[in-house]
Amino acid sequence: MVIKKRKKKEIFALGNEAVVEGALLAGCSFYAGYPITPSTEIAEVMSARLPMVQDGVFIQMEDEIASMGAIIGASLAGRKAMTATSGPGFSLMQENLGYACMTEVPLVLVNVMRGGPSTGLPTSPAQGDMQQARWGCHGDHPIIVLSASDVQECLEMTVVAFNFAEKYRTPVILLLDEITAHTREKIVVPDPQDLEILSRVTPAMPPEWYVSYEETMRGVPPLPPLGSGYRFHVTGLTHDQNGFPTSRPDEVKSLIHRQFRKIDQFFYDIQLVEELQCEDAEVVVIAYGCVARSAELAVHMARERGVKAGLLKLKTLFPFPKTVVQALARQCRALVVPEMNMGQMSREVKRVNNGLAHVVTNNRVDGQIITPSEIFKNIMQA
Amino acid sequence: MAQVTQLIHDYLRHNKKFPHVYCAGCGHGIVLGSLIRSVHGLGYAKDDIVLVAGIGCSGRMAVYVDFNTVHTTHGRALTFATGIKMANPALKVIVVMGDGDAMSIGGNHLIHAARRNIGLTVLVLNNNIYGMTGGQYSPTSPEGTVSATSPFGQLERAFDIVDMAVASGASYVARGTVLHATMLDGLISAALEKPGFNLVEILTPCHTQYGRKNNFKTVVDMYQWYKKNTVKLENYQKMADVDRSGLTPIGVFRDEGRIGLEVRYAQLRNKLQEQGTCQSSTN
Repeated sequence: MVIKKRKKKEIFALGNEAVVEGALLAGCSFYAGYPITPSTEIAEVMSARLPMVQDGVFIQMEDEIASMGAIIGASLAGRKAMTATSGPGFSLMQENLGYACMTEVPLVLVNVMRGGPSTGLPTSPAQGDMQQARWGCHGDHPIIVLSASDVQECLEMTVVAFNFAEKYRTPVILLLDEITAHTREKIVVPDPQDLEILSRVTPAMPPEWYVSYEETMRGVPPLPPLGSGYRFHVTGLTHDQNGFPTSRPDEVKSLIHRQFRKIDQFFYDIQLVEELQCEDAEVVVIAYGCVARSAELAVHMARERGVKAGLLKLKTLFPFPKTVVQALARQCRALVVPEMNMGQMSREVKRVNNGLAHVVTNNRVDGQIITPSEIFKNIMQA
Repeated sequence: MAQVTQLIHDYLRHNKKFPHVYCAGCGHGIVLGSLIRSVHGLGYAKDDIVLVAGIGCSGRMAVYVDFNTVHTTHGRALTFATGIKMANPALKVIVVMGDGDAMSIGGNHLIHAARRNIGLTVLVLNNNIYGMTGGQYSPTSPEGTVSATSPFGQLERAFDIVDMAVASGASYVARGTVLHATMLDGLISAALEKPGFNLVEILTPCHTQYGRKNNFKTVVDMYQWYKKNTVKLENYQKMADVDRSGLTPIGVFRDEGRIGLEVRYAQLRNKLQEQGTCQSSTN
């Protein structure tokens, strides 16, 4: 897709710039967005890069509601499309994000978290949108939420986000935080040929046989681009297998159940975590984003003092990596959960832990990162 | 009549469970008929047309017609259409909205889509009321309208959709009514053929929710109101100010034929790619 052939190379980049690199590698050719701190660099770099991509389109919309609408439209027209935003913009996107869930439109939404609620702390990091990412839109809906903790991961997880979106025909949210997005580090941009890039399944049958929301084993119906001869109806109303509005209880049930099933049955494919020194750990720190980097140092400090500590770094936040967390909860004495909110992840951990291990919460909402020594103290006291 | 029946078979969906949702006397079916005649007359392929609709009675139009159809969220139809058109400029993208869609919840999207001059054909079905939710006053309800949420008459001034579209920078702006069906065919056909952002406001009666509460005893009274109170723009312009009172001009208000944003963006992209300047802050 990228015009100029790129070899594996090292660059010095912001987290936000790495997101753009990852998106272009994944085949993204459409970006719509509205400027908001601290995600703006993604739009800025996209506006310069996308016109260089075959059929690439960048458009600055009038608000975040419109941005989501535009990328859903572009995705239906066959593009890999994304947007990026922060706090207040993420709230505005929930309406059309729900539409994308209901109509099963692949797209990637990057939310660079800043302090909230409301205008909050526009230039400071936070992790307060975690539960909003899962439950922000009204109604029951499955969704995939990913995160990244350093600049290299920003690139890699953006590629993963596009792959999941295309493979499972679902919106994918990539949750970054202000620190990760605004850290500048050396990263390796892989050669496109070294990457596994997935694209949505398009129908193999002739148009007259195509059933747009067919109940299949995989649960992921094929999606043709608009204008390719498969004329079908897309609606945010609860629809039958042909895509037409329905309120028949059996059809409503089968639609919602299939949407959940298609994510649930691929749980092990979607659950991405990194375990660091967890094999013999008695105390495990569970963290994601910039906090995971503090936690890594804290674990080393604890190990130096002879405490068997480990780190579970979450890359997938939802569906919550319950099987890994549960296994560790059985194995260790305590789980330490540092997070830059009032307990949005510890809520999940406690639910999965279900009394197995002692859960130590470590919350911070003052716009400052949780330091290694803070986490270290919690490990030692756990 | 035979031709009309044939068109219905060609353009309406056979696998969609009819009957439709429209009440007796509703003008939306006339708009759909006019749209189908225009598309047929211009010879567009059904595969190349994307009909994007908002929410409400007008939004339901998308489900009946055999194009690529997208029934979006309330007021946001233009944003979806913008994405579709920018992603694939070869598609003919038609947007159908109601007055609540276009002027209230989606007002911001309308002025910006018009300002951008993105290549869309927009039909705003103005029935002066929120019909589907049970007849609450809309931003185009005339002052004094009695509705479910203005039982004592509403005090706000109504929006003029044509003025708003012209002021926002639309390339082609027209107004018609469902009573003047032949004229409407012409307006919609012209809008479909022009480049850039083209908007046709269509006055269409809602007797069930608007007429009955506002002194229109029958549906026919509403159509007669259109007959008496609308005047062709050419004649309207010749009239003295005192005679214009209470009259609504219909016709073409602006026709600039400016090329759309999607074309200009493609031109810019081609120019940049020919120059081969691959600049970015990370290179």
